[in-house]
Amino acid sequence: MIKRAISSIALALGLAVATIPALANEGGAELAPAGTNVADRASLQRGAKLFFNYCVGCHSLKYVRYSRLASDLGLSEEEVMTNFNFTGAKFGEPVISHMPVDDAKAWFGKDPPDLSLEARAKGVDFIYNYLNSFYLDPSRPVGWNNTVFPNASMPNVLWELQGLQTAVHSEAAPGHDAAVEKLEITTPGRMTPEQFRGATRDLTTFLEYTAEPAALERQSIGVWVILFLAGLTFLLYLLKHEYWKDVHDSH
Amino acid sequence: MANVFSSIGDWINERAPGLAPMYRAHMTEYYAPKNFNLWYYFGSLALLVLVNQIVTGIFLTMNYKTSALEAFNSVEYIMRDVEWGWLIRYMHSTGASLFFVVVFLHMFRGIMYGSFKRPRELVWILGMLIFLVLMAEAFMGYVLPWGNMSFWGAKVIISLFGTIPYIGDALVQWIMGDFLPADATLNRFFALHVIALPLVLLLLVVLHIAALHEVGSNNPDGVDVKHGPKGNRWDAAKPADGIPFHPYYTVKDLFGTGFFLTIAAFIIFFAPTFGGWFLEHDNFTPANNLVTPSHIKPSWYFTPFYAILRMIPSFFGTAIWGVIGMFGAILLLALLPWIDKGAVRSVRYRGLGFRIALGVLVVSFLALGLVGAGVTAELIPEWFPHADVTTWENAFGRLMVLGYFGFFVFLWVYTRFGFEKTKPVPERVTMHD
Repeated sequence: MIKRAISSIALALGLAVATIPALANEGGAELAPAGTNVADRASLQRGAKLFFNYCVGCHSLKYVRYSRLASDLGLSEEEVMTNFNFTGAKFGEPVISHMPVDDAKAWFGKDPPDLSLEARAKGVDFIYNYLNSFYLDPSRPVGWNNTVFPNASMPNVLWELQGLQTAVHSEAAPGHDAAVEKLEITTPGRMTPEQFRGATRDLTTFLEYTAEPAALERQSIGVWVILFLAGLTFLLYLLKHEYWKDVHDSH
Repeated sequence: MANVFSSIGDWINERAPGLAPMYRAHMTEYYAPKNFNLWYYFGSLALLVLVNQIVTGIFLTMNYKTSALEAFNSVEYIMRDVEWGWLIRYMHSTGASLFFVVVFLHMFRGIMYGSFKRPRELVWILGMLIFLVLMAEAFMGYVLPWGNMSFWGAKVIISLFGTIPYIGDALVQWIMGDFLPADATLNRFFALHVIALPLVLLLLVVLHIAALHEVGSNNPDGVDVKHGPKGNRWDAAKPADGIPFHPYYTVKDLFGTGFFLTIAAFIIFFAPTFGGWFLEHDNFTPANNLVTPSHIKPSWYFTPFYAILRMIPSFFGTAIWGVIGMFGAILLLALLPWIDKGAVRSVRYRGLGFRIALGVLVVSFLALGLVGAGVTAELIPEWFPHADVTTWENAFGRLMVLGYFGFFVFLWVYTRFGFEKTKPVPERVTMHD
């Protein structure tokens, strides 16, 4: 009976787990895995550098303090304040972009969103693929479009690294716009495609960290908690076994 | 030292002579059947999670801000700036989901072994009331972080009351205190979530256990140990197949607690969002009444009932049938003691029809969960690229609704008109390990 019970619970759990990927892939389009690792401090530092060179002009990280960045990324106060802080904010204050909201709306049609929680709201795969999927589109106000997030308001700020990407369209069905078949780099940038994927992976890793700074510590603490609980459970099993000896014997 | 304790004990005994007998009646001299199996861990685990929710909840309220402007930020403040805030919040959010896992399994145990049957109808009814209050508690708790799914979930669920004829619209505004879920809604939900409903929940739990201890626990054989032979090692007048709850089941439940906490810790530390099932992606965006999430869906533990709501179509110009169906699905569970007329309790000795029907109930319930969560809407185009998703989903979902309600109809006919061929129930409990 216990065996049956265990197998039925296992089945239910299996069913539940089997549906996780279905839900995780909520964007609809197939997204390449981002392959991020928040425990990789070098990757985090490279990602932070990219963020503060290319993104913070428009996007804030209003839940992330400079001081927290320093301690979590293993940087000194001076390094953070000279390399990452362009707004004169204090060390304990959060990362707020200097872009004026009204101008942003005039320039891009919308206020650039805060990116603190972007990785949790959209998923790391979305960010990684989004950053790799810009292409030139003269029909858009800023001259760029994106296959992962069609008609995005944002231009490809990383173009000098990636180069210029152009869309190859498939033949249009009558009455429909031609679909984008694939993207091609027509003017090379400063990075090879391989290097650029690495850079966007670093940037995605950094945003994964800003979405949940606790991720850095929870796994390393979790290992010890689970080891402790597993040991405790084993002792409790022995205790139960000892107490129940007479019940089983008398049967 | 022992002297100090015994004199403290005497001091209390003189002044509250009822306490020690009460402890004995519910712990050391409460005789539970000795053949409890794995399914019997979930009652004590539900109590454990309830305590976890209350304790972690108290700490969360110390930094949570009850305001539509500040709620979302304050949750992120807890996640980032409050010492161990992330752990407390994950314990609370994971606890909410595990509460339902445990309670669903606990209820399934009751159906499988006929624990709802005479003389335990009151225990079952109180349990169903706990389930209802728990659903309200979870729903309101889900609104508090004021993420975008909190907002839209609240809007959809509260709108259900709008289907009630004549008073619907006024009722919806009265519940929300506004024309949309807003600051007023958030504040009253906070009040209900942190004090009103927990008090009701605690009272009902006490009554549930008190009612159980009045009639005694059922067991996997469905044998009434109280009516069996008397005399065990501790008491000649007590059931021969009973053992004292303390220490036997307290140490056993402690082991279950350890096992459960290990699994819970794994989720809390390694998969706190559980792939978007325990904490949803759309709830990491602040509430925004201008941006609708691509799929509005309730938390996973509501999805079977939500699917019943969605799958039942409107008739006569009103959508109230779905709402009736959804609440009816819960009401029918509460009425099980009167729907199931069979004399045999445990699935072990019941007819084949019952076993199959129980399987159908479980499959329909899980499948409805997938429909309600929008998983079928994603899988259908993947598996059958040319199928019309809505038609297929409705066909599948409605079949599962039939399966769910069919269980109750079948069970009544099956037991009322004597179709069930039961096996002989043993005189004494059996032990399988």
